[in-house]
Amino acid sequence: MGLIASGVTVKLGRRTVLRDVSAAFEPGRVTVVLGANGAGKSTLLRAAAALVPIQAGAVTIDGGDVARLPPRERAGTIGYLPQDAVVHWNMQVRDLVALGRLPHGDAGADAIEQALAATRTLDLADRSARNLSGGERARVLLARVLAGEPRWLLADEPLASLDPQHQLETLELLRNAAMAGMGVVIVLHDLTLAAAIADDVLLLKDGQVLAQGPAEAVMTPDHLAAAYGVRVDMVVRSDGRRIILPLGPV
Amino acid sequence: MSRSRLKLALLMLAVLLFVGSLMAGKAWVPVDAWWSGDPRWMIIAELRLPRALLAAVLGGVLGLSGAVLQGWLRNPLADPGVLGVSSAAALGAVAALVLGVASQWGVFAAAMGAAIGAMALLAALTWRAESAAAFVLAGSVLASLAAALTAFLISIAPNPYVVAEVLDWLMGALTDRSFADLGYAAPFMLAGAALLLLTGRGLDALTLGSDAARSLGIDLRRLQALVIAGTGLAVGAGVAVTGVIGFVGLVVPHLLRPLVGARPSALLVPSALGGAALVLGADTLCRLAPGPGEVRLGVAMALIGAPFFLALLLGERGRSWG
Repeated sequence: MGLIASGVTVKLGRRTVLRDVSAAFEPGRVTVVLGANGAGKSTLLRAAAALVPIQAGAVTIDGGDVARLPPRERAGTIGYLPQDAVVHWNMQVRDLVALGRLPHGDAGADAIEQALAATRTLDLADRSARNLSGGERARVLLARVLAGEPRWLLADEPLASLDPQHQLETLELLRNAAMAGMGVVIVLHDLTLAAAIADDVLLLKDGQVLAQGPAEAVMTPDHLAAAYGVRVDMVVRSDGRRIILPLGPV
Repeated sequence: MSRSRLKLALLMLAVLLFVGSLMAGKAWVPVDAWWSGDPRWMIIAELRLPRALLAAVLGGVLGLSGAVLQGWLRNPLADPGVLGVSSAAALGAVAALVLGVASQWGVFAAAMGAAIGAMALLAALTWRAESAAAFVLAGSVLASLAAALTAFLISIAPNPYVVAEVLDWLMGALTDRSFADLGYAAPFMLAGAALLLLTGRGLDALTLGSDAARSLGIDLRRLQALVIAGTGLAVGAGVAVTGVIGFVGLVVPHLLRPLVGARPSALLVPSALGGAALVLGADTLCRLAPGPGEVRLGVAMALIGAPFFLALLLGERGRSWG
């Protein structure tokens, strides 16, 4: 059960971006996907949302092949937040968030209000997209995904361009979503933030799985050195939280 | 102004301009002559009514397809011309004229056939290519090819009368269009408009980029097919009976966006109404212009449209797009 990738191989052009990737994600948990640039993190998320064709293997949700689900049913199940936060037209924030209801074909006023409240963007609701800062836009786009009330949230770097306060608020929001039963899969670059939020970690290197499992077991200095090619120092604070500091090349 | 009020206002404007178009011309026919057995009624029923109807439908589909293409390409500078459909339809008509096809129906069929053929080619070229750049590139290649072939046909025209006829047609006008023209073109234009009106949801989702749109359950291939077929039918049929009339599809959505908001689906119906009003108004002005002949609508639209649009752009300089 859950969201399962089995033997997934994805080629983009001639390049094999994911090679025989098998991974399991569980609902109610936050899984952080880690890896160096080009390791295949974003492609794995896109494959899970059936946005790229898979050459071999399959992604299933509760046993059903994601690629074969009717598009609207899939859209109602999986909320996907792309890495590049584009908004092509200068729409009002509330209209933008309402796009999240498209798969359901209803107004979903309550869901929209809740999503705005959860991302602390209620006060932005009547502003236009052009007048948002990068961080405000990122939160509004996350609200757009949440407004669709998906069972799975796949978010590609949802903390990028957020200030520390909003990073923490967004992490708390993702944590609460997982506690409410949502399956949360996010790509992150900041190792300390990853350690703070992750229940599970999937570590990718060159399109293959280097390690996966509970965060403490996967985020070891050895694994991280192998994945990123840098030595890291890990400081465990008295409250058990870990600070991970990249030091230099291996 | 709320969106429904704006639509109502645009509709009333279009209706007013429609009535004005029936009244105005070299011979002024007041409204009370319409039902008092006045012989001038013939001018209205036979000459001005088909022309006004054609102007309304043509303006409607040009405005609508402009709004759809701007949403689809996420570019406020897109218009139906980028698909090459106008150039292809013009090529078909010119080929028919040069080859000596005399009947109205023959010219229409040739233009419509060329428009549909070009759209089929465009669909084949852009199948699986999901980037807007590939679409625009394929469209401009088609447009240049059609323009080159048109020039070639003109250069091999058998006599100067044919050349004059071709140039006359290419300039675009609603002069002397009859119910027969309307009968050929209207079904295609209305069918195309119906397809274009189905694109709203997909265009809204595309605001967030193509990945996000697909993750919202939008089938981008179906959307692309609707855009190509809808524009091909609607604009192709329009060009086939009136010649090339530019700027409507570009200017109307641009003018209305600040009033209805930037959500692409909210712009579709207002753009159709606004396009109808613009073409009706411009065609009436063409008729009222002093002098023995008439200014060509296509020429007038470019003469009014280009400086107007330039002024708009200069006014917006410094602000970002959209």
